[in-house]
Amino acid sequence: MRTLIIIAIALLVVLHQDFWWWDRAQPLLWGVLPIGLAWHAGLSLAAAALWLAAVKWCWPAHLEVEDDPAAPPPTPREDAP
Amino acid sequence: MTAFVVILAYLALLLALGLVSNRFFRGTATDYFLASRGIGPFLLVMSLFGTTMTAFALVGSTGESWKEGIGVYGMLASSSGIVHSACFFLVGIKLWSWGKRYGYVTQIQFFRDRFQSPMLGLLLFPILVGLVIPYLLIGVIGAGITIEKATVGAMPGLFPGTHGAIPFWFGAALTCLIVLTYVFFGGVRGTAWANAFQTIVFVGLGVVTFLIITGKLGGAQAATAAVMQAHPEKLTRAGLSKLHFTTYLLIPLSVAMFPHLFQHWLTARSARTFRLSVVAHPLLILLVWAPCVLIGVWATAAMIHGKPVVPPGANENAVLGLMVNRLTGGTYGGQLLGGLLTAGILAAIMSSLDSQFLCIGSIFTHDVVGHYLGHERLSERARVVIGRGFVILVVLVTYLLALTRPGGIFTLGVWTFSGFAGLFPVVLAACYWKRASAAGVIASVLVTAGTWLWLFARAGWGAEGQAMFLGMMPVATIVAASSAVLVGVSLLTPAPSDLTLSRFFGRPRPVAATPTRAVTADVAATPAEKWVGKF
Repeated sequence: MRTLIIIAIALLVVLHQDFWWWDRAQPLLWGVLPIGLAWHAGLSLAAAALWLAAVKWCWPAHLEVEDDPAAPPPTPREDAP
Repeated sequence: MTAFVVILAYLALLLALGLVSNRFFRGTATDYFLASRGIGPFLLVMSLFGTTMTAFALVGSTGESWKEGIGVYGMLASSSGIVHSACFFLVGIKLWSWGKRYGYVTQIQFFRDRFQSPMLGLLLFPILVGLVIPYLLIGVIGAGITIEKATVGAMPGLFPGTHGAIPFWFGAALTCLIVLTYVFFGGVRGTAWANAFQTIVFVGLGVVTFLIITGKLGGAQAATAAVMQAHPEKLTRAGLSKLHFTTYLLIPLSVAMFPHLFQHWLTARSARTFRLSVVAHPLLILLVWAPCVLIGVWATAAMIHGKPVVPPGANENAVLGLMVNRLTGGTYGGQLLGGLLTAGILAAIMSSLDSQFLCIGSIFTHDVVGHYLGHERLSERARVVIGRGFVILVVLVTYLLALTRPGGIFTLGVWTFSGFAGLFPVVLAACYWKRASAAGVIASVLVTAGTWLWLFARAGWGAEGQAMFLGMMPVATIVAASSAVLVGVSLLTPAPSDLTLSRFFGRPRPVAATPTRAVTADVAATPAEKWVGKF
């Protein structure tokens, strides 16, 4: 699933470069949105859906360890060499 | 006068919010700078969105679309929806985790520790502060101008020199004072609350303005049909270079290196808190940017009494104001909407300013005073007092610099984003590349600074705008140079020690069965705090 999500994100970046209707306004979605704008609005929705999938299936669960009540208190490293 | 009253009411509300948030302040430095790492998902999404969106999201997007057409959405909005969330997901959560584990408060502390290099901290300090200051100036100057324009005729007796408008120096001072008050008293919690409120205000007002303007233009279909007839090129990207469009995709990478965003990430209660931000960020961008881009494009063909609503040659930053004022025809409702819109613009400006002021104050407190004087010599209370002192100093210096009204400051904004984006390979390598060495990172930071300065000088120090290099945005060259040097020098120099690598990439501890409050919480939460923490 992780590989699929990575491929989907790469695909989203490629689809962002929509040169194929660069000079076209038609068709107008609902008679309002030119195709170039409708496409990118759709990309925003697709991005949200994709990040939802990433959160669901690729969540870095190991980073949640900080909630462990048995974990030692944080060690400030502000005086690192 | 109506606009003036609305603005004052809005600023008073913000002030009240800052003072209320002070009631939740626990008196510790961790609470002042990081809200005891207890911010919930709703406040985090609002903070992150409010901080990354400036006045440009409302005013600039409308003006740019009026000038360039619909391509502005793809260049700035849909790209940010993809890249910002990627930065939150891939970089933000990791930095939050290490920040909580090792007690970091600032970005410089992290880099110094991750690469065991005090020199890196010393190098990053002036670069990060230097890049944030123009960003702060944009906000203060933008707020002063916005208030002056919105209050023309409000107080002719008091300010005859500005046709009764609140003069720039006074509007800028008022904005600084309001932000300073809630940052001073509420710290990052006050900032998060104010950001949530302000984000709701500017998102809501954007939608309301869009609906009213759509109605005045005879509906969305009629407005688009008028553009199709008068300026069909505005509904395409015909005037936009493809390489320019593609390389603009690198600009949003800057969020991964914003020091003020780093501080907001560290306030999260748990890694799970990030989930809502990662998913909702592209949707919020859509909600704000799509209506503004449409208004901008419609403005190219909008007519009133046989004349264009926005005359050709108008200042692009005035487009949104002209559409509201002229289409609502000076009615009471129109004045009210004008006032609310001004409040929305101020909301967008101040929701970025507050985080930046606090973050610079935090950097001075921890990376200068604390680091060189010794953290152990400073009590919790002393750190808060020093932090507050630095916030006052930073606000004062920014205000005085803003009074000089430096030219080309808005162009400088995109240049600062390019600088932060140039540092992106450094933070990415810190999170994912074990072989990245201190020397590689230092060389990369130096090359970023050098390439940035060279390209900036080549563009007449901003006088020639972005001045494409090889047909690309300058950011592309900066990121390429920074990445190449990082990889090359890292491979030629010794890798970090095993001890360092095990601290950052060692085997994680098992997940706790029952989530608990942040381990750094220093005082037991009251029932009111528990309720607020849910957000």
